Amino acid sequence: MIKKYGIKQLSIFLENRKGRLLEVTKALKDAAINIRALALAESAEFGILRLVVNNPEKAKSVLSSAGFTLREQDVFAVEVPDEPGSFYTVVKVLSDSDINIDYTYAFVGGSSKAVLIFKVPSQMLEAALDALEKADIKLVEPMFFYD
Amino acid sequence: MWNQIEGAPREELERLQLKRLQDTVQRVYHLVLFYREKFDELGIRPEDVKSLDDLQRLPFTTKQDLRDHYPFGLFTVPLDQVVRIHSSSGTTGKPTVVGYTRHDMDVWIEVMARTMSMVGAGPQDVVHNAYGYGLFTGGLGFHYGAEKVGAAVVPSSGGFTKRQLLLMKDFGATILCSTPSFALHMAEVAKDEGYELKKDFGIRAGFFGAEPASEGLRQALRDEWGLVYIEAYGLSEIIGPGVAAGCPYGHLHVFEDHFIPEIIDTETGQVLPDGTEGELVFTTVTKQALPIIRYRTKDITVLHREPCKCGRTLTIMESVKGRADDMLIVNGVNVFPSQVEHVLTKVEGVTPNYVIVLDKKGVLDKLEVWVEVDDRTFADGIGALEQLKTRLQQEMLNDLYINVRIKLVEPKTLERSMGKAKRIIDKREAEGLQK
Repeated sequence: MIKKYGIKQLSIFLENRKGRLLEVTKALKDAAINIRALALAESAEFGILRLVVNNPEKAKSVLSSAGFTLREQDVFAVEVPDEPGSFYTVVKVLSDSDINIDYTYAFVGGSSKAVLIFKVPSQMLEAALDALEKADIKLVEPMFFYD
Repeated sequence: MWNQIEGAPREELERLQLKRLQDTVQRVYHLVLFYREKFDELGIRPEDVKSLDDLQRLPFTTKQDLRDHYPFGLFTVPLDQVVRIHSSSGTTGKPTVVGYTRHDMDVWIEVMARTMSMVGAGPQDVVHNAYGYGLFTGGLGFHYGAEKVGAAVVPSSGGFTKRQLLLMKDFGATILCSTPSFALHMAEVAKDEGYELKKDFGIRAGFFGAEPASEGLRQALRDEWGLVYIEAYGLSEIIGPGVAAGCPYGHLHVFEDHFIPEIIDTETGQVLPDGTEGELVFTTVTKQALPIIRYRTKDITVLHREPCKCGRTLTIMESVKGRADDMLIVNGVNVFPSQVEHVLTKVEGVTPNYVIVLDKKGVLDKLEVWVEVDDRTFADGIGALEQLKTRLQQEMLNDLYINVRIKLVEPKTLERSMGKAKRIIDKREAEGLQK
């Protein structure tokens, strides 16, 4: 399941310093990497930028050689109808299966669909995918994000 | 003057020093294997010490030697004769330990009574002691000295500035003992609280030590509190505070009937003449539990042997000008960069890149450690990173006895903003430092 539905997400450590976000995005632009989804978490002193891109291997090497601290991890995505209650349905499945959600972010995938991205503890990832599949929730394959 | 020896003719003082030095050399040679081996290596027998000049033939003792014999390896007495043990944080984890017999305590109390007597402290005084009590020698050293001269001691220790001010005012404190920066901090808080320093408080004198103080800082304390500034110098390896004390003429007198000072070239170890700057070295000549031969303090200063207007004939040392090693003094607490590195290694399992940044927050020192977060240590989660930060701060407090602020930074930030391989950035202006 992880092989089929695991999506490579890059997390980048950023100090809260002027121009830092600009430098990351410029490095990606110069390497012609397309950002498919993103979320930014912040504390008083630093932030973590999380990206799903069209070419994770290339993005990783570009950012690493530009000196950024980063980490690659598996997340998964589900596609749901863009209507009230969809997010609830997914969270309920995970909750009923005792799966912790580290964090989640979402984007509108088209006219009537939304895509939700979830990060769960790695040892729970397989169980999460199983539970969602059994509940007939549509899991998104990585090819949707990658080239 | 507490004791007439402080003003005795030099010949009398030096006769006493020689007699005591000979006793001490016999003592360490026969009771401490470490010293016997060192003496034997140099081919020196205790009987060879025939004059004070022979002192310079004797081997040095370093902080590393104390650590190597942790905890009691250099003691000359069994523990049943020890009545007090103090300890300071070591440079890489293991603390430095010092012990006192009843007789050593009497010596310490004696030199602290001499210190307090520099301004004639006595039963008429209330001594507010804001040095930290505990393993450090500062708090208890002043405490016993003030009691000895008959003053009432308020053992307030550090912190809780507003409460301290209340007690100082209500108890009618006349003498303040603290680090100079804390005394200035108290003055600033007092003004914010609406006190009028000279009217609400009757502090006539202050005993300041444990950290360097510029003339500007000294003058600010005199002006703000209206006090006589007395400098106190000491180190726990020798006895604690009470190794030397400032007289009202501003000269720091070494109580050399107990601790013989020398100045050496820090590179060659050769003794330098009076008036020359070098590393200060002390030999204790009356201590029993832990006598120390030629202890290298790493403090850089100058000695003068000339009579003082105050009537003392004791050697005068100038205020410490700097360090011969990388030791930092943060709000009176000694910190070695190696200790910081040790904590980082312990917590992370790897030695990350780091920089120590010293700055002032108001008048107090602020120590920050900037730690690079690299791919090995980067946990993808704000919570995990905050946890790492908190854990490092707790470990620093535990090992270094001070509050350190940890700042997590990106790799190469340090080189980019500070220049390469520079581990320590001291942004404290000349004010907090020496001259």
